[in-house]
Amino acid sequence: MIHLVKRPQPSRFWTAVTPILAVLLTMVVGGFMFAALGKPPLEAIRTIFWDPLFHEQFAAYSRPQLLIKAGPLILIAIGLSIGFRAGIWNIGAEGQYIMGAIAGAGVGLAFYPMESFIIFPLMVIAGALGGWAWGMIPAVLKTKFGTNEILVSLMLVYVAESVLASVSSGLLKNPDGMGFPGSRNLQQYDSAANLEIIPNTGMHWGVVAAFVAVIFAYVLLTRHIRGFHIQLAGQAPRAARFAGVRPARIILFCLGLSGALAGMAGLFEVAGPSGQITIDFNSGYGFTAIIVAFLGRLHPVGILLAGLLMALTYIGGELAQLMLGLPGASIQLFQGMLLFFLLATDVFTNYRIRFGQGEAA
Amino acid sequence: MDFGAINPILLVASLMVSATPILLAAIGEMVVEKSGVLNLGVEGMMITGAVVGFVVALNSGSPMLGFAAAALAAAVLSLSFGILTQYLLSNQVATGLGLTLVGLGLSALIGKPYEGMKAPSLQDLHIPLLGDIPVIGPMFFQHDIMVYVSLALVAAVWATLKYTRFGLILRAVGESHDAAHALGYKVVRIRMMAIFFGGACSGLGGAYLSLVRVPQWTEGMTAGAGWIALAIVVFASWRAGRIVVGAYLFGGITVLQLNLQAAGAQVPVALLSASPYLITIIVLVTISARGMHGAPASLGRPFHASH
Repeated sequence: MIHLVKRPQPSRFWTAVTPILAVLLTMVVGGFMFAALGKPPLEAIRTIFWDPLFHEQFAAYSRPQLLIKAGPLILIAIGLSIGFRAGIWNIGAEGQYIMGAIAGAGVGLAFYPMESFIIFPLMVIAGALGGWAWGMIPAVLKTKFGTNEILVSLMLVYVAESVLASVSSGLLKNPDGMGFPGSRNLQQYDSAANLEIIPNTGMHWGVVAAFVAVIFAYVLLTRHIRGFHIQLAGQAPRAARFAGVRPARIILFCLGLSGALAGMAGLFEVAGPSGQITIDFNSGYGFTAIIVAFLGRLHPVGILLAGLLMALTYIGGELAQLMLGLPGASIQLFQGMLLFFLLATDVFTNYRIRFGQGEAA
Repeated sequence: MDFGAINPILLVASLMVSATPILLAAIGEMVVEKSGVLNLGVEGMMITGAVVGFVVALNSGSPMLGFAAAALAAAVLSLSFGILTQYLLSNQVATGLGLTLVGLGLSALIGKPYEGMKAPSLQDLHIPLLGDIPVIGPMFFQHDIMVYVSLALVAAVWATLKYTRFGLILRAVGESHDAAHALGYKVVRIRMMAIFFGGACSGLGGAYLSLVRVPQWTEGMTAGAGWIALAIVVFASWRAGRIVVGAYLFGGITVLQLNLQAAGAQVPVALLSASPYLITIIVLVTISARGMHGAPASLGRPFHASH
């Protein structure tokens, strides 16, 4: 008989090893899946994980993509992870991302065609505020009425998508666009464009912001009293209340912060790689970031690595679509499986496995 | 705008059809939550049911077989959630989210070759006598069988929870798993059964979407229906009767907004298409402002026997 004994403290060894184990398990099961789809499994795995970085023909194109895709994922996941640590489940980052992009792009387009160095910083602030405001809706409802933030934040994703559909064919529509939906291309508006800082590296301001967020989150969680309160509220809510931590403040802080970061990510995306507000410019980063946050063990440095890995599966997935005709959805499934295996192997982190007859269980 | 274009008989009839997928998913999830487990993967199980039901019905030519396969597929998928949360003691919120992501990916993968095809749909029944009543007949008694199955299922769940020994045990497990365990009930086994049942119901709901309500397969077609089902369980305060009220209310709003769009109402389309979600939020707020009456006491808490 196998049974589990709770560890007094999560094992540090397994905390570090389980993500790697999960990736390996995903590769094995994913390999079977690719084989079932009639694709050579080893080649598919190599195309996803190796070729984007080292293929002599494609690597030059796909290496910069790594930072472009990882930037928003890391930025969003950092915000989410801080909330998750406090037991606050913001799963509507996709909506906050959309609203940040709309607010930021709206500010940029309001200045068109004026050129000034101040426009882009204003757009970033507007993007953060847009996401913050969208994140504050579930936060305020939770603190005032005790409404479940999971459901509200998710419902707001669909509302944000409706708003996006409306503005991309209405308010923000390109007046010179010959009637096509979608805004002006911000890439062609110098003061508002989020261009690469170093050419051909994929390094744009959003990636810089992601790195800053990693450092900020690290300092917050390890050196700041607010970070301590957040973790206390998540692990022992009663103890936290006795220690004078006000739950409402933690809720407002976590949802506001993750909303602001997601909103900034949306702005950097819309002013950079995507270029314009269109009805479907958002590509699900808000949901994938949830996987990134867990894969990174809700730790800033872990999230940095997990974001890069997840970006790799995006790029590798596109490459595999191109070269092997692998269906695009299989990558989505691959990413979902990764989260599942991670949660499954996490049992080793929190429990010891004992074989044989234990004490009366 | 032309309100005359909205036919009240058709409105009520399509309300019942539009509410059925959510009703099925919500009644299943209510049983899961009554046993003390929060499965946020309803959306993923629904969409898996939608695609499996569609593919099987298309290939076999039998919609009923499609429904059966959908229920089975979603229930098997829900078992993965059960194993993770009940045996490997993973976090229920995270695992539920994972289940949704897996379901969305899996369904997109399976359904890709079937986009734009047409599957055999269910025949509408014409219940003798009742179906012949003018106005009332077309409103309530001329639907397909699944509409009545869903209502029968709600009644069965209500009666089981209220009057049977098994229902009592299930509720005990959900209220206090430690006490139930001390009395010798198999907490994990009962929860696994509840999760399986919830998965099957979600699968039926998803298949109803792809086989009757829409009826075709498109990627991501559930569009939040699973999340709305979760909200309806909260709205219903974990009571079977109120699940029907919640689902039909929601179905009514969905149908009404579609009718208003078609009638060219002077309301922005974005507001109309967002209205089901906005109203769900408003309903959640009003319910929670009154306090969470009726939530099972052990909801979402992990159970580990050797504590």
